[in-house]
Amino acid sequence: MAAGVVRPVADLEPLDAARIKADFPILARPAGGSRLVFLDSAASSQRPTAVGEAIDRYYAEDHANVHRAAYALAERATNAMESGRRRVASFVGGSSAEEIVFTKNATESLNLVARSWGAANLRPGDVVVLSLMEHHANIVPWLQLAESHGVELRWLGLTPEGRLDLSGIDEALDGASLLSITGMSNVLGTVPPVAELAERAHAAGALVCVDACQSAPHTITRVVDLGADFLAFSGHKLCGPTGVGVLWARTELLESMPPFLGGGGMILDVRTDGFTPAAVPHKFEAGTPPIAEIVGLAAAIDYLEDIGLDRIAAHEHMLTEYALETLPARFGDDLTIFGPANAEHRGGIVSFAFADIHPHDLSQVLDTHGVCVRPGHHCAKPLMRVLGVGATARASWYLYNDTDDIDALADALADARSFFAI
Amino acid sequence: MSGLEDLYREIILDHYRSPRNRGELPVPPATRSDGFNPLCGDEIVVYLQLDDPSKGDDALIDDIRIGGQGCSISQSSASMMSAAVKGHTVAEARHLTRAFKAMMSIHEGELGGDGSESELSGDDSGDVGTIALGDLDALKGVVKFPVRIKCATLGWNTLLQGFDETAD
Repeated sequence: MAAGVVRPVADLEPLDAARIKADFPILARPAGGSRLVFLDSAASSQRPTAVGEAIDRYYAEDHANVHRAAYALAERATNAMESGRRRVASFVGGSSAEEIVFTKNATESLNLVARSWGAANLRPGDVVVLSLMEHHANIVPWLQLAESHGVELRWLGLTPEGRLDLSGIDEALDGASLLSITGMSNVLGTVPPVAELAERAHAAGALVCVDACQSAPHTITRVVDLGADFLAFSGHKLCGPTGVGVLWARTELLESMPPFLGGGGMILDVRTDGFTPAAVPHKFEAGTPPIAEIVGLAAAIDYLEDIGLDRIAAHEHMLTEYALETLPARFGDDLTIFGPANAEHRGGIVSFAFADIHPHDLSQVLDTHGVCVRPGHHCAKPLMRVLGVGATARASWYLYNDTDDIDALADALADARSFFAI
Repeated sequence: MSGLEDLYREIILDHYRSPRNRGELPVPPATRSDGFNPLCGDEIVVYLQLDDPSKGDDALIDDIRIGGQGCSISQSSASMMSAAVKGHTVAEARHLTRAFKAMMSIHEGELGGDGSESELSGDDSGDVGTIALGDLDALKGVVKFPVRIKCATLGWNTLLQGFDETAD
């Protein structure tokens, strides 16, 4: 399934929420005298026991620095990391492990594209196309390139309902070198039609970079179906550890790009007058990589794929439909939901304004009910300006959430309304 | 809702709903300084009109206006601040700012905070100089919620920024 298509609940076996919750010990911890109702997975997901176990086992049995050592332990560590690379390649439907570059997070992956591919290929006046619902991680590296290289940025706008406005797409892509676009808005939950956009971008001669931070954890990702040339995501949003991110790119692109960070591990030879970079993907991995985190990421992918990303997507779609039906029905005009009003082409992220209560204050009251939602601009200030707000409250769900969690959010909102009595 | 009443005292909600000295002043002769909390997007704008900027810390705050947007804590703190410093000298306002930030940082230390403002502790605590903390005392409940301390101090840091810009 390509991003852009939210698969309807069909003949998939529904998730057993209670069994899945049991895989996440943190969800059983008390919070503010209540159970923990974690609705902030768009910022960072929780981790199942299997991920911690994989990391512990790696440190207990296989840890040494990778590559260039003759002893068996280092060989095992290298194998653990490189098997993680193959795991990630198959997760995104890549054709070879060489296409996977490990970074610290998606932000670093996007910076790598801008600083390496962008700086080497873009000249003053060359065009990069972004949308107004991008995360700062897919904006600031391009703004930096605009400053340093005179690159022109063009912006795809939004419809009043918070979908991508495609009316000016061909003009925006005309003569463009790159379209860099989110796979799912981290504020609105909007899922743009990436495959269709990629087709148009390619027809216009532009490459396509997908910020899959929010989409990769929740849907099946197939880089070929998406038409991506670059694709970035973080491990910690898909049940993996913090400190590891991924850049997938076509091998010939990676081969044509200059190194990003310099240091050990990314070279073939170093002389006093220069250096020769290593082959891809190591060319882009300077210094000791996050080996244990890569092992943990592979374990997280195993966990998600054992359950099935199609089932996870269907489960979240059901929760999104439930929230979009029950919350407006209960709160009427006190609740303003930003973004598409129905669950079609939308992921499990709902941003809202409530009863004139500032999102910070709202989040503070919800916290006393153990309900974790995130207030703020969500690193999407251009989008906040489009929405005409300084901040929103954002609830987001994942495979371990259920309708009880949405109900708990609703009860906490009702309490906040009476507390502030505005 | 244990603890919330300590944070959201009635006086705070009153300043939030009916902010004092809200608005703008013509620049110049007034000065404008912008404060941001990049973590949450809260913004405070402080417009300052001193009687004679060349008097430095002896200058009188003839008028002050507050703009921006944000949560009840950042907005009410700035509102109370404006009411407290208006008509006083820059020196007195600086003194009050130290006292207010000390009230925040002392409690932060007790709560095991990072103590980044600890150089102020023991300086003005309890001694509010020539301006009484008054309503501002209501904000001391904020320190039980460490993540909100930056909301409470945003307006004050913007005020100090305004004094420094006036002095330039």
